[in-house]
Amino acid sequence: MSDKLKTGGDEAEFAKPLYVPIKRRSFFMYAGATAGATALLLSGCDDDDSGSGSGDPSLVNVGSGDTGVLNYAYALEQLEAAFYTQVRTGSYYTSLAPANAERQILDDLYYHEVIHREFFKTALAGSAIKALVPVFPANTFSSRATVLATAKAFEDLGVAAYNGAGQYITSPGYLYLAGKIVSVEARHAAIIRDLLGENTFVGNDVITLTSASTSSVATNNAPANSSLERALSPTEVVAIANTFLAEGSKLDVSNIR
Amino acid sequence: MNFFQILSDIEKVDPEVYERLDSRRAIFKHMSGLGQKMTAAALPLAVGAIFNKAYGQTAASLGVNDVLNFALRLEYLESHFYQQRTTLTGISQQNRDALSLIATDEANHVNFLRTTITALGGTPIADPTAAAFDFTGGKGNNAGAFANYRTNAATYLALAQSFEDTGVRAYKGAAPLTNVMANKTVLTAALNIHSVEARHASHLRAMRRAGAASTTPSQGVPATPYTAAPKSWISGNDGGGAAAPTTAPIYGAGNDTGAATYGASGANGTTAGVTFLTETNVSQGGITLSATTSAAFASIPAAALTAALTEAFDEGLDVKTVATIANLFVVTGNNLFSVYL
Repeated sequence: MSDKLKTGGDEAEFAKPLYVPIKRRSFFMYAGATAGATALLLSGCDDDDSGSGSGDPSLVNVGSGDTGVLNYAYALEQLEAAFYTQVRTGSYYTSLAPANAERQILDDLYYHEVIHREFFKTALAGSAIKALVPVFPANTFSSRATVLATAKAFEDLGVAAYNGAGQYITSPGYLYLAGKIVSVEARHAAIIRDLLGENTFVGNDVITLTSASTSSVATNNAPANSSLERALSPTEVVAIANTFLAEGSKLDVSNIR
Repeated sequence: MNFFQILSDIEKVDPEVYERLDSRRAIFKHMSGLGQKMTAAALPLAVGAIFNKAYGQTAASLGVNDVLNFALRLEYLESHFYQQRTTLTGISQQNRDALSLIATDEANHVNFLRTTITALGGTPIADPTAAAFDFTGGKGNNAGAFANYRTNAATYLALAQSFEDTGVRAYKGAAPLTNVMANKTVLTAALNIHSVEARHASHLRAMRRAGAASTTPSQGVPATPYTAAPKSWISGNDGGGAAAPTTAPIYGAGNDTGAATYGASGANGTTAGVTFLTETNVSQGGITLSATTSAAFASIPAAALTAALTEAFDEGLDVKTVATIANLFVVTGNNLFSVYL
């Protein structure tokens, strides 16, 4: 069942300026890299939602209510798992000796993210969104700097995303579940950031130290000098996440509210 | 049901009813947001949730300020603990700096929680001061199991990891409480502290893995492979933690007695659908995770799978269990945490 055929009305017009530039840019950036992966992942198009979303049929609507939030989490976990899957076949990772600490950390992160992804897929069952097709910039996996910088981006984004989505969950059990995962993402984020630079496990870019939070959602905001994570709304998160997703896999989270 | 008439009637006997709610604006926002989807039949439930916010500090459930004050007690414990870092020996400058970063965060959390409680019309507890704590675990005799914590960096880091991992479990367990979920600003703030505690825990674990004297704790050292305990995440029950058996309850099961109430501060803090299991738990959301859960798990070495399944999810703890752990470091006669027992 899909609402994709419904027209989105005002919301569709509202969302367009946000998505169009991203689409265009990512198309030129990633067109080459996408072609091979697309054929593998076009099955299972059973996204199910109860709202109208943006009405853009090229977007994957995660749905509404708790299912929408869980699918949103599932989408982010798919992205993270896909990233670490490719890390492990990339030339930077394969250049590391098996006993190398950094390699073993990357292994653990891969295990954890695959577990998160498969957990959501199993839990959501028939309500799950389809398998998404990720796209990563060329050479992401060939150098330490790009592997770790991209990992940092995903882990920090994941923490901000879970923290910002908690308020949209209505079931205590699901909120608790999200909490069980987000602290693991935060542990990941800390070690990856430290690998890039010792003692950067916290910093003003991710927690409110020298400046206040700037999320567009008021409940996410904290003042300077409060040391709270900078939570992001689903809309703010997918603006970033969609740059790593192929055409047809980009997310619509407009029903999470 | 005329909701606004009810509020008005309450205002006659309780002029502060609006202040008991998070704010005038918030309640109307709340109502307009719900209104679209709400049927008349559903309204009483929603109204109940709103009044719970105002009058929730009862034996039935912890009120939002009660939960915030509980968090504040934990932050005071951490904050006073990190004030004791200055006399450590055998620790690299790098790691001293890390402890200073964490100390700043904990002090910020104390101030933030105090401001928040006050803004919600509550009264933040007074600073218990350093005199309330005995971080040796001696309950005031300063000769407990961690007697050398002021100078011995390994002991100090063992305590630090224990406090941070406890904090992560505490915030995680408190987030699904009815009165926390009902206030989105408080819920998000709690989540935003929760993940910062997890960042701290991760870094402290790296420091312990490499040793306090290391200048590159995250990279590890050749003589100390990554597989050396502890990992940056909680693996199984973490072997009882940094100083087993004292620290074992930090990774053990919580208290799921639900309706039972404790002390003057209300309930244990359990919520329907939320159970507090040990960190060895591999059952999530009603799904027992194993090699057969997904074909994709075949890409994880069989020998590593069970550990990875426990690492991928951190478990929460209830208020009483957290209070029991924290109370080990409070001097006898001080009720900072015993009020919850």
